[in-house]
Amino acid sequence: MEEGRVYLGNLDVAAKRARDILLGKIKLEKVVDWANAFSLWPVHLTTSCCSTEFAATFGPRFDGEQFGALPWVGPRQTNLIVIEGTVTRKMACAVRVTWEQMPHPKFAIAMGACALDGGLFYNSYNVVRPWEVIPIDIYIPGCPPRPESVARAIVELQRRIRSRRVASSWIREGWRPDRDYVAPKEDYCSWQRTSSPVPL
Amino acid sequence: MVEARERAEGVVGPRRYEEVLKAARSRAEEALRAVGVSFSIEEGKGFVDLVVDVDSVVRAAEALKAAGFDHVVSVTAVDYPKRKQIKVAYHVTSYLDPEIAGGIVGLAVYLPRASPEMPSLTSVWVSAEFMEREVYEFFGVHFRGHPDLRPLLLVPELAEKHPLRKDFVVREESIYEGVPERVRRG
Amino acid sequence: MSGEVRVYGGWRDDLGLRVIPSKRIGKDVYEVFIGPQHPGSGHMRIIIRVDGDVIVEADPDIGYVHRTMEKLGEIRGWIKPIPLFERMAIHDACNITLPYVRAVEKLMGVEAPLRAKYLRVLLCEINRIASHLYGFAIFSIFLGHSTMYMWAMGDREVFIQLAEELTGARLTHSYPIPGGVRRDIPQGFPDMARRAVRYMRKRLEEYRKMFLENPVIRSRLEGVGVIPKNLAAELGLVGPNARGSGIAYDVRIIEPYEVYDELDFEVPVYTEGDALARTYVRVEEIAQSLRIIEQVVDWLEKKPREPIVDESIYKKYPPLHKKILESQGRAKLLPWMATMKVPAGAAIGRGETGRGEIIYYVESDGGVNPYRVRIVTPSARNVIAFKYALPGHRVMDLPAIYGSLDYFPPEADR
Repeated sequence: MEEGRVYLGNLDVAAKRARDILLGKIKLEKVVDWANAFSLWPVHLTTSCCSTEFAATFGPRFDGEQFGALPWVGPRQTNLIVIEGTVTRKMACAVRVTWEQMPHPKFAIAMGACALDGGLFYNSYNVVRPWEVIPIDIYIPGCPPRPESVARAIVELQRRIRSRRVASSWIREGWRPDRDYVAPKEDYCSWQRTSSPVPL
Repeated sequence: MVEARERAEGVVGPRRYEEVLKAARSRAEEALRAVGVSFSIEEGKGFVDLVVDVDSVVRAAEALKAAGFDHVVSVTAVDYPKRKQIKVAYHVTSYLDPEIAGGIVGLAVYLPRASPEMPSLTSVWVSAEFMEREVYEFFGVHFRGHPDLRPLLLVPELAEKHPLRKDFVVREESIYEGVPERVRRG
Repeated sequence: MSGEVRVYGGWRDDLGLRVIPSKRIGKDVYEVFIGPQHPGSGHMRIIIRVDGDVIVEADPDIGYVHRTMEKLGEIRGWIKPIPLFERMAIHDACNITLPYVRAVEKLMGVEAPLRAKYLRVLLCEINRIASHLYGFAIFSIFLGHSTMYMWAMGDREVFIQLAEELTGARLTHSYPIPGGVRRDIPQGFPDMARRAVRYMRKRLEEYRKMFLENPVIRSRLEGVGVIPKNLAAELGLVGPNARGSGIAYDVRIIEPYEVYDELDFEVPVYTEGDALARTYVRVEEIAQSLRIIEQVVDWLEKKPREPIVDESIYKKYPPLHKKILESQGRAKLLPWMATMKVPAGAAIGRGETGRGEIIYYVESDGGVNPYRVRIVTPSARNVIAFKYALPGHRVMDLPAIYGSLDYFPPEADR
């Protein structure tokens, strides 16, 4: 068997782990991290044109589902958000609302040059940096990044979750100890309230 | 069980665009002359602009609509700060009239830059509705009688600044950014 | 905001953000906000007003991907907007940028040589197929038909690979430049293209069996979202949406740019105007694009290689650039192009992208930057269809109508 097989959630490996847990050889925390790492479900929130490459990642050629990541519809059932490209002023509100709705432990990947520092639109008046809106774990450079690099980012995130025990400590503490507190400096949803014809 | 669908007659072609444009142009000029609207002509490459007065723009639009120009391709606004004017051009063409289909004719007006205001042409061309909203937020042109005039793409705070006007400056990084002056000289 | 509150854990919400609830706006009429995070995963919001589950009014709220293309196009010279405008629809890159390049060419008075024109058409058609297949994939997700998503996404990779062989990039090719293109076809490309065409022909037959004539799909699409011919003309719909409503209009025929007047192809038109008719048009267009690719590849193989940039630009090439162009078929961009000046005037460049007609109004004042670039993309013109096609349908028909219009928000918002 190839070396990469362990990432695929091999049944033998799973059975062995289950036995180890029952015998008390592995701490439950480790299992939580392991389980979280292989069920990273990205939410369907497409912020910009990198979504074409994101869709290709989960298409048959690159098959992103082999890493245990499956794009899913509702934010309430997902734990990963992939910022696909530029975030505009209007979209920042949607990103933040979706992020708030997702249950923890949750993670974020910023995809594309625009999500790093604006990319081609670095001096645009309508573009915000996603790291001002939500805390980002992994950045993927490229414009647009190839599907391989999206898969690479997911694997890297899995590795990080398992090596730093992110998920289990988050559940135990109620907040994430290894990251800074990120809250938007401004209320990105203010336009929504003012433009609504009926006061909310 | 399920029957396949029949295909309709395809597009007849290929055609020579110069001839279509010429036909569309003479049709538009005749239509405006018939209703007694005076106009001047601005030539462009691939289109022609007929510049009319703000007061007669609705009559001109109705005449063009009756002449077969059934939809708006683009509501194009250009800001001229030196002349203190904003040009708003409705580029229209036809789908249903095969003789002029595709020929782009512009119905243009010049508005004062300080208080640009003109009657909305959405009652004539439905397809102008969203484009007029766009011109409203990017240039601050107020369309009288528009059914739903509010910003389309921008958030309200940005729309107040009218970003496509020339006095809204976006800084572009030079390729010599951060390079010392003596290096720049070579 | 006090220091103790931690938003990060996801328990507390100290910003006061909340999901906007449905509002009662009249007797038995409620307002529902759909998007921008919704099952179809589009980057837009549709505000619908429903009576029971019947839509009585729809108001598309767009601008979530407005990246200020028109403003940035005014400050970046004449060459740099090409990669910029490409980002409007990166899976349709050549079709999107070609009209801009043609408008600049009209102003400059240069013309691409014949071989470059054929190369442009080749990449345009490859992009058109890839764009339609991407549209199918997203449409199938809307309908919950995930097999078709996998098929279309997988077959799209064939054409992306083809484009990658030709240009070196999967999506953002930046292929046409004023006066020519950047690369000639590599060795062995014609055979590769013919193989792809044969493969896709076979697949189209399978698509028809599995998707178009699938009773489940037909029952969801037939008679849904009907746009009659007169309404489509009045709204100014473009592309397959207009042709599905019986409007025989295609820029490739109306204003034959590049070499479309020398090629043999048809433009399919259907008269029903419903979601299924629009889908049929797209499938037929893929078949026609395959025909064009075959003809273009034959021509390119038969004719000897020649410079792929305009004579006036080729004359200014230094010897090294000429050598690279002749030996490798790569046209380099010259430094003076970054600061070139374009004669004053205004030009309209138009072309038929996968989603319909795109128009660039380019105005120059003789300077190093465009004075004004007005872009009207096909999706920007199709967005008005939501307002008129949705009312009268049930909420569950919304994904079918949305998907059949093949609306792509980054393109619409510019």
